[in-house]
Amino acid sequence: MPEELRVTIDGKRCSGRRGQTILEVAEENGIWIPTLCYDPRMAPYGACRLCLVEVEGARALMPACHAEITPDMVVRTENKRINSIRRTVIELLLSDHPVDCMTCESAGSCRLQDLAYNYGVKESSFKGETHSYHLLDDNPLIERDLDKCILCGRCVRICEEVVGAGVYGFVARGFDSIVSTPYDHPLEESPCLFCGQCVSTCPVGALTSKLSKGKGRPWELKQTDTVCPYCGVGCTLTLWTRDNEVVNVTAPVDKGVNRGNLCIKGRFGWQYISSSERLKYPMIRGKDGKLRKATWEKAISTVAERLTEIVKENGPDAVCGLASARCTNEENYLFQKFMRAVVGTNNVDHCARL
Amino acid sequence: MSKKTRVVVGLATCGIAAGGVSVMDELRREIKKRKLNVELAETGCIGYCFAEVLVEVEKAGMPKVTYGDITTKDVPELVETHLVQRKIWREKVLLIEGRKTAEADFLKRQKRIVLRNCGLIDPESMRDYMKKGGYEGLKKALTKMAPEEVRAEVLAAGLRGRGGAGFPTGQKWDFCARAEGADKYIVCNADEGDPGAFMDRSVLEGDPHAVIEGMIIGGYAIGATHGYIYCRAEYPLAVKRLRLAIREATRKRFLGKNILGSGYSLDIIVKEGAGAFVCGEETAMMASIEGSRGMPLPRPPFPANKGIWGMPTNINNVETFANVPWIIRNGARKYAAIGTGGSKGTKVFCLTGKVRRGGLAEVAMGTTLRDVIFGVGGGIKEGRNFKAVQIGGPSGGCLPAALLDTPVDYDSLPAAGAIMGSGGMVIVDDTTCMVDLAKYFLTFTQMESCGKCIPCRVGTKRMLEVLIRICEGRGVPGDIGLLERLAYDVKDASLCALGGTAPNPVLTTLRYFKDEYKAHIFDKKCPAGLCVDLVTFHIEPDKCTGCGVCVRNCPSDSITGEKKEPHVIDIETCIRCRECLRRCRFDAVYTV
Ligand SMILES: Cc1cc2nc3c(=O)[nH]c(=O)nc-3n(C[C@H](O)[C@H](O)[C@H](O)COP(=O)(O)O)c2cc1C
Ligand code: SF4
Ligand code: SF4
Ligand code: SF4
Repeated sequence: MPEELRVTIDGKRCSGRRGQTILEVAEENGIWIPTLCYDPRMAPYGACRLCLVEVEGARALMPACHAEITPDMVVRTENKRINSIRRTVIELLLSDHPVDCMTCESAGSCRLQDLAYNYGVKESSFKGETHSYHLLDDNPLIERDLDKCILCGRCVRICEEVVGAGVYGFVARGFDSIVSTPYDHPLEESPCLFCGQCVSTCPVGALTSKLSKGKGRPWELKQTDTVCPYCGVGCTLTLWTRDNEVVNVTAPVDKGVNRGNLCIKGRFGWQYISSSERLKYPMIRGKDGKLRKATWEKAISTVAERLTEIVKENGPDAVCGLASARCTNEENYLFQKFMRAVVGTNNVDHCARL
Repeated sequence: MSKKTRVVVGLATCGIAAGGVSVMDELRREIKKRKLNVELAETGCIGYCFAEVLVEVEKAGMPKVTYGDITTKDVPELVETHLVQRKIWREKVLLIEGRKTAEADFLKRQKRIVLRNCGLIDPESMRDYMKKGGYEGLKKALTKMAPEEVRAEVLAAGLRGRGGAGFPTGQKWDFCARAEGADKYIVCNADEGDPGAFMDRSVLEGDPHAVIEGMIIGGYAIGATHGYIYCRAEYPLAVKRLRLAIREATRKRFLGKNILGSGYSLDIIVKEGAGAFVCGEETAMMASIEGSRGMPLPRPPFPANKGIWGMPTNINNVETFANVPWIIRNGARKYAAIGTGGSKGTKVFCLTGKVRRGGLAEVAMGTTLRDVIFGVGGGIKEGRNFKAVQIGGPSGGCLPAALLDTPVDYDSLPAAGAIMGSGGMVIVDDTTCMVDLAKYFLTFTQMESCGKCIPCRVGTKRMLEVLIRICEGRGVPGDIGLLERLAYDVKDASLCALGGTAPNPVLTTLRYFKDEYKAHIFDKKCPAGLCVDLVTFHIEPDKCTGCGVCVRNCPSDSITGEKKEPHVIDIETCIRCRECLRRCRFDAVYTV
């Protein structure tokens, strides 16, 4: 266990562990520090300058997301100097941002919008050149609106550090810097896996899911935490529903085995839920080759009868069982037990091996 | 036996840019044609950049003479007069050894440690370097001193980093020596990206071995296993000479395995930068060396603990390293005797702008700005008035005439709002508009911002836009307040020193020349008559002789007048190109 350290944040005595950042200790102690480029899934970056705090004895302000606590550190997270910087940073971002919150997919879950609200920034004092790029939506899942990008680098870093695909990078310098793909090619021609991790970290409306477009504002939707049905990892998901229909899937960063991370299936593979082609009850194929609705009792007894006949005629090895990665360990255990003990064969496998 | 006649041409980038290579070719042809027995050689920059091409002639029985402003056309006459008739060719003399000329002041007022060999030796000859005591410091350090003694010596000398921040070099070496790591890196910062700065280039081109020797000594002092020289690719000659020098030093076993039998090993690689100013910042430089985009990181951790590939890394500037062999050879005490309390030794400055003798000058720390600009630099060109000096490049500040007696050292300059920086000095006269000057430097910094942090990326852009509108006469009341607010927040909130210092030119011009800002905003006038949108051009009838030069050169046919009668400018059609102002030999054109 790392050494316990005492620090004072905004006059409040707090304790933390060596190696923790000021931001982590503040959050654990209920003290809010604004951030934009910070995501606990990646290494701290220190770019947005919103989390700058004053540390007694240090001349320069320190980024709370990056600076580690030291014994008896005294921190101020707010004062005139700090608030002036935060306001300026927000105003500078808004001075090159299409403030079209009315139609923006991220309104309601946008960090920039929240910050403007928190700091009472109605409009920017700084007027000047603004960027206007083409909307990039040449794939079925992810829409990229560079006009809204605040260059926090979160997509760049999550794709590099967490996913390992390294799809994005910064291009050009200064005011004209942008985030781009290799040779500026569409995502589909890049090493992108369409896991949507970048969408999950983007704090503004620059990266959004095309599947959820126009399907409702966060405050109109109901959130339900559940477990992903796809594989045995059991990632925690949040289903966003409207009128009992799923319209988006996200993952909470502070919960579950996955801590906010998901793969393409968990994040984007939910449309089958309300598909008209979805199987909702057992069906039995009749002699005429047509499928007909049946009860569970009837379906199970049909399977039992057919299995018994096949084993009798051709021996147990004429049967093979294929289980699913979407079942739990317990279910898969029972299934192989059934195959070996009841049917009498070792012909049993699992879809994850295919 | 008389000594062989020797003709030396200055072939640093400044000399080459001025046509040095053609002068060299012409000399070779002329000497061959006349069948003279003359040795033709080249050297680096001696600092007289204002008088390039420089040709130095040494002939038995005559004093050594340096000729300036030599062109290919001058070559036959120079050869005829000096080499054949054995007479000094008065017309183009710059210096005569042992004699007082106006230009001799330029060298006499300097104190040359870093530039000790520049312009005196052939930089491509290791033998030349060694004849001047080269690699003596290395031999002493590696065979007679322990690494901690070397560090103590450099600390005692009071050497501070010449790359800008002035951090004590001995102390920095101590940090890195104490840090643990399987590998350790020593890096020479030769990225020199400030506009108007070329001192590092001159040292690299004129005395590359001095830098390499300093690096090896530093490497030994901290226990470095690998060395990098990060040199901007825009310095091809420096890169070439560094590579040559590294090859030669390796052949002589000053580099490589078991240097001079000391058991210490080091290799040095020259890494070419791709021209980003921010890659001179040390954490960005480390990223660039690793092959990533050069973007700074927050500190701590400092490079001394976590640098290239996570290993302890020590980065010093070219000039810092060039001082080291001298210190080891001559001792810390001798070095510390030069300079002021907190700033020891010398500093090389690049004098540029409206100064009469623009070039490289190395002076003792504590020399006043006046001595540098007027003593060494010879004052302002064309007899105009000194207005201000921008010290420290785009990160520095602009100081007015009232502060000319400020000594150049690490304490006095920041107190006045400027910084030592890397040593660029841009001198401006009364024809320079200070708002325009601030705009110039900010244009550079905002373009070079790496884009990582918001205050620098967007803040400098918005500041620049305000400056542009002020210069174009679209400034509004409140602009000065807006500039100040942005300047302070950008300074305070930026991640690295690029953004942290970018507002300095604006803040100092606002501090010392606020009236000029006000004149632009409220009176829509540019007092220096420079901002095209705020001036009109007129001809003073009393001075105009009616020579018609302006009429012939006006591209918009806006000037009329009878021959030998005063002319007039039609300010409606005038496009304010300044051609008439430049061309009039009677000073009759003026701006309002
Ligand atoms: C934007 C920026 C550009 C810099 N460029 C240079 C440079 O070109 N050369 C240099 O030696 N130092 C440069 N520096 C300073 C270096 O970061 C570093 O402080 C220096 O190389 C340390 O060497 P020293 O201790 O010998 O001065 C720059 C700093 C910043 C913030
Ligand atoms: S979807 Fe996944 S792989 Fe593709 S760019 Fe985003 S984070 Fe990278
Ligand atoms: S796209 Fe989103 S996550 Fe990526 S840099 Fe822009 S704002 Fe940040
Ligand atoms: S201050 Fe400017 S150059 Fe430095 S990290 Fe920030 S954006 Fe990049």
